[in-house]
Amino acid sequence: MTNPNPVSGSPDKEPATESQAAQNAVGNTDRAATTATAPKRPEGQPRPSLGRLFLDNLWAANTVTVTVLAVVLAMLVGAVLIIVSDPEVLATYSYITARPADAISSSWTVVSEAYANLFKGAIFDPQASGFTASLSPISETLTYTAPLVFTGLAVALAFRGGLFNIGAQGQATIGVILAAVAGFALPLPPVLHLLVALIAGAAGGAIWGFVPGILKARTGAHEVITTIMLNYVAVYFLAWIIIQPGVHSPTRADAISKPVESSAQLPRLLGSDLRVHSGILLAVLATWFTAWLLNRSTVGFELRAVGENPDAARTAGISVTKAYVLVMVISGALAGLGGSNMVLGSTANALTPEVVAQIGFDGILVALLGRLKPWGVLLAALLFGALQAGGNRMQSYSGISLELVTVLQALIVIFVAAPALVKAIFQLRAARAARLQTSLAKGW
Amino acid sequence: MSTIAVPDVAVTVDVGFWTRNRKAGAVLLALGVLAAVLFGALATGQQARFTLSETEGGAALEITGTFGAILFGLVAAAAGGALLAGVPKRWFTLVLGVGLVAFVLSFLCWQVSAAPEGRNFMPLVNIVRGTFILALPLIFGALSGVLCERTGVVNVAIEGQLLMGAFSGALFGSIYQNVWVGLLAAAVGGALISLLLAVFAIRYLVDQVIMGTVLNLFAVGVTGFLYERLMQINAEKYNTAPRFGNWEIPLLKDIPLIGPALFRGNIFLYLGLLLVLVIHLALFRTRWGLRTRSVGEHPTAADTLGVRVLRLRYRNVIMAGLVAGVGGASYTLAFYSFTKNMIGGKGFIALAALIFGRWSPTGALLAALFFGFADQLATYLGAIGSSIPSQFLAMLPYLATILAVAGLVGRVRAPAADGKPYIKG
Repeated sequence: MTNPNPVSGSPDKEPATESQAAQNAVGNTDRAATTATAPKRPEGQPRPSLGRLFLDNLWAANTVTVTVLAVVLAMLVGAVLIIVSDPEVLATYSYITARPADAISSSWTVVSEAYANLFKGAIFDPQASGFTASLSPISETLTYTAPLVFTGLAVALAFRGGLFNIGAQGQATIGVILAAVAGFALPLPPVLHLLVALIAGAAGGAIWGFVPGILKARTGAHEVITTIMLNYVAVYFLAWIIIQPGVHSPTRADAISKPVESSAQLPRLLGSDLRVHSGILLAVLATWFTAWLLNRSTVGFELRAVGENPDAARTAGISVTKAYVLVMVISGALAGLGGSNMVLGSTANALTPEVVAQIGFDGILVALLGRLKPWGVLLAALLFGALQAGGNRMQSYSGISLELVTVLQALIVIFVAAPALVKAIFQLRAARAARLQTSLAKGW
Repeated sequence: MSTIAVPDVAVTVDVGFWTRNRKAGAVLLALGVLAAVLFGALATGQQARFTLSETEGGAALEITGTFGAILFGLVAAAAGGALLAGVPKRWFTLVLGVGLVAFVLSFLCWQVSAAPEGRNFMPLVNIVRGTFILALPLIFGALSGVLCERTGVVNVAIEGQLLMGAFSGALFGSIYQNVWVGLLAAAVGGALISLLLAVFAIRYLVDQVIMGTVLNLFAVGVTGFLYERLMQINAEKYNTAPRFGNWEIPLLKDIPLIGPALFRGNIFLYLGLLLVLVIHLALFRTRWGLRTRSVGEHPTAADTLGVRVLRLRYRNVIMAGLVAGVGGASYTLAFYSFTKNMIGGKGFIALAALIFGRWSPTGALLAALFFGFADQLATYLGAIGSSIPSQFLAMLPYLATILAVAGLVGRVRAPAADGKPYIKG
């Protein structure tokens, strides 16, 4: 999986250098999430009005515009899926030439109702009354956001170090196992117990991240393959450990572990009726830490240097081996914390085969949508959390399968990953800086 | 990982006494001794019967458990010792193969002899047939990978292609109540995912590994969504695809062991094996194959010689989708009705088989059979009440893959331009 043949003069690498240049351009600051700010006024020229500049930038292919349009496009495709999968609406299309109003109005009804429920479930329900009911959507959104922030950061960090960590799922799985076992097996006082459980979860993820890191550094085994395989190993390990005596819940016949004790659970923020818990605060803290690590620390500089160009980094005296191992360990620890959130928070309190859901794979999407920047990841996770929370309501109120959310998420990332496509569809102006290429094109 | 292809970090160049062969020999020697001692001690004095049929009866190979475990363990150790002593390079694969097979046999002697009375036999016909059936999606998936990656497009989306193939095969097969329509739809479904991969990877230069990963999620989402909206609500109409029956091949079906296992299969088994042969010949014996390989290794050179790089890539990637789509149909048009996420990671094992098989069709076939065997073995050992937890047996293919890519089985080298977009000029 290494690149053993030295053909460094090959023109094949041109696109890579181009995207690396783009990467360099974005590498320095976390500007992904900031709004389209006006450029500096050129000296000596008549100053264009602020509003004019704003409009110009609004329709230029900058990060925010492309992201928003990607969401719009994804929802349009989602609407088509909703329509074609509804036999009643589809029936109106059989006589569309005779009465087009029927087809249009029935399509509009089903789609608008679905997306209205998505919104109500994620952000605010105007019909809701009372403190709990009106805050409930936000609480749900934040509950789903927290673990995604961790796994998104895990994937983003590894990316910046030049590694594609598909194994966040496996790392979260091992993390959730250790966190849960620490949560019900250790008799500890409240605050300490939670801390120990969190550390156990992080350590579990770190171990599972260490393996691909050391294999990559020592043998050149490609991390995409090793992490995918470790994901499955983790899944089977989880399936095995749940039914072991001492772990398996003695009162249940199905595959579920003992529940985590309340002393090891993350405290809820807004009372026991709302599910939002302090995991979201930890997530913000982790985002700040990752941002600091990447942009302000020596280690982060070395990681980024290795990520941009391992050979140059090695020439400059940076240990590439150390960087690969370190980035995978930290990445794994973050993913492990994300997994811990699933069992120490309010989503579940015991191990089941599906306890980590899809947070590892969703983390990949979150990282890409967040343009591999910590604060961008936080915002992307917020969007995904909102889609999850809204999707639940959409499923129960409109009968639209939750899988639609997966489709929307994948589509958003596909469109974001190909800004040229969005640009072409909407005839956007070219952006000032070439900072849209999110992905580094590279092979095995 | 770098695009600038300089020998990567710590690719240990074996020098001196400890060559790769010797290391493999040492590992094998240790495994053999372990097998002889441990498996020999755990095995019982019962007979381990390997019957040449589907049941307990019929002709069988028999060996006493303890004796067999020790004997085969020693054979494995001897093979390891031979490698350690240094055999000629061309014998390496053969000796290693013999050693590993002996290790597995030693393990089986233990397991079969330790099984409860009345279940201490292994029906080889079942095992061989099961191996091929479980390997089928892997064979199709890995072939799809071969077609893609030999032209320089990384195909992580095999899982999505298989899933889409399985889904559209079931959907259209049910609607038209015709297996052939289903088969065609499955191929088109797989090609649809491929087309997306091709457009985004070739036209929009999106990182191919990322695109593949996202497409997998996309396929899970779309098929899951439509499954819940259509198939779950009206299974009668949308999820009752007719199935291909088994076709017996005259004469060949009467060969002992292989006959009943291989020549009484369904269309997918024959198609899979045929495709391995066809793609192998096409890749290494035809003009198309030469061009494909050259585009995968050095697109600029191929372009200079007049090969249309991008067109060839588009064509091959879409062909890969057709192949994987048919592989997906081997689920829904032969055995099961469609369920959500029914491929369940087989696409990733197919990817592993592709790498294990070093990007060649025949290698991929062997690797797929190995994974199929491991899968079948896990099922079998579960059935005879083995003392080893089934979850650990299920981990086996994944662990083997990690060991393989970590270099124990030799360093694998992808086509040089694999995953790198080509920009003319």
